Amino acid sequence: MLKIFSRFFGGLFRRKTNVKIGFYGPPNAGKTSLANLICKDWTGEELGTVSEVPHETRAVQFKEKVEIEHKGKKLLLKIVDTPGIATKIDYEDFLSYGIGKQESKKRAKEATQGIIEAIKWLDDMDAVIVVLDASENPYSQVNITIIGNLLARKIPVLIVANKIDLRKADVKKIEAAFPEYDVVGISAKKAMNMSDFYDALFKLTKQV
Amino acid sequence: MVVKKWQKIKGISIHIMPYSEIRELTITERVKKILNLVLGNKVVILQGRLRPEEEIRLIEDTMAMVDHLKTFKGIELAVVEPNGGSAGFLLKMRRGIARGLTGESNSLTVIGPASVVKEIKKDPSKIEVFLG
Repeated sequence: MLKIFSRFFGGLFRRKTNVKIGFYGPPNAGKTSLANLICKDWTGEELGTVSEVPHETRAVQFKEKVEIEHKGKKLLLKIVDTPGIATKIDYEDFLSYGIGKQESKKRAKEATQGIIEAIKWLDDMDAVIVVLDASENPYSQVNITIIGNLLARKIPVLIVANKIDLRKADVKKIEAAFPEYDVVGISAKKAMNMSDFYDALFKLTKQV
Repeated sequence: MVVKKWQKIKGISIHIMPYSEIRELTITERVKKILNLVLGNKVVILQGRLRPEEEIRLIEDTMAMVDHLKTFKGIELAVVEPNGGSAGFLLKMRRGIARGLTGESNSLTVIGPASVVKEIKKDPSKIEVFLG
């Protein structure tokens, strides 16, 4: 009886403290765009810079005490934005974006270290939002590996199919790839479908 | 044209790895063995698949190598699941079957150096490996 009592109130207490929500996914899926949108809306400040150049986020960045109010309910989060996880980094890829050779090499080095850092943070998360580009093929091994690891660690997952404003976007394909998970389609860039996103976010934190 | 294509890929070496080759190894030893082959410019075709924690460790160690070795750009990695694609694997994991679902499964894992394997395109029913 005491155990049930303590679990119930312990659960209530935990939900009131900073729930650590990690943003994971491949590079250029829009993790920082979404984290920025949430932080800007609820704290007035953005979290990081966004760019069309992959690996713009090369270090884990976070914002504490982000209080979200949605449909009369409140949530206090620590938002952790992580570098995109990839299996290869080639400095020459940065050159095509007009970045100089030295800067490209520096970026590549930082990107590799950022990926290692992102992986190390996995164990610290209470829940994770996996951000995927809805216009890309979802069956990449990186996506499967990230979600497989979260599942093995019993960390609750919400999949965000970002960039639904693009003509090629296909949320149904992502739902078909991960039928066991909640998938919500949004556009972080255009702030589309954010009400559904917050519904899904509150549902996700209930599993913590 | 055909000759040119052949010339481009003539140096590729494929290592077929039965699961028995890594069954008794620890996670560190497994990842090291695979990475050593990949660093030797070999494309590894592993019978079965690595566990999720081994796959993420492979990515982690790959990044450490990319950081340290000038010519190494990373890996391409894909798993071919015979039934139900990747979603099928995650479904089995959720049901708790996956702890033992590695070498004993009918899946195949392709791991190659990024300088040799340019891209692996995957959808539930097929896998395409593009060599460079």
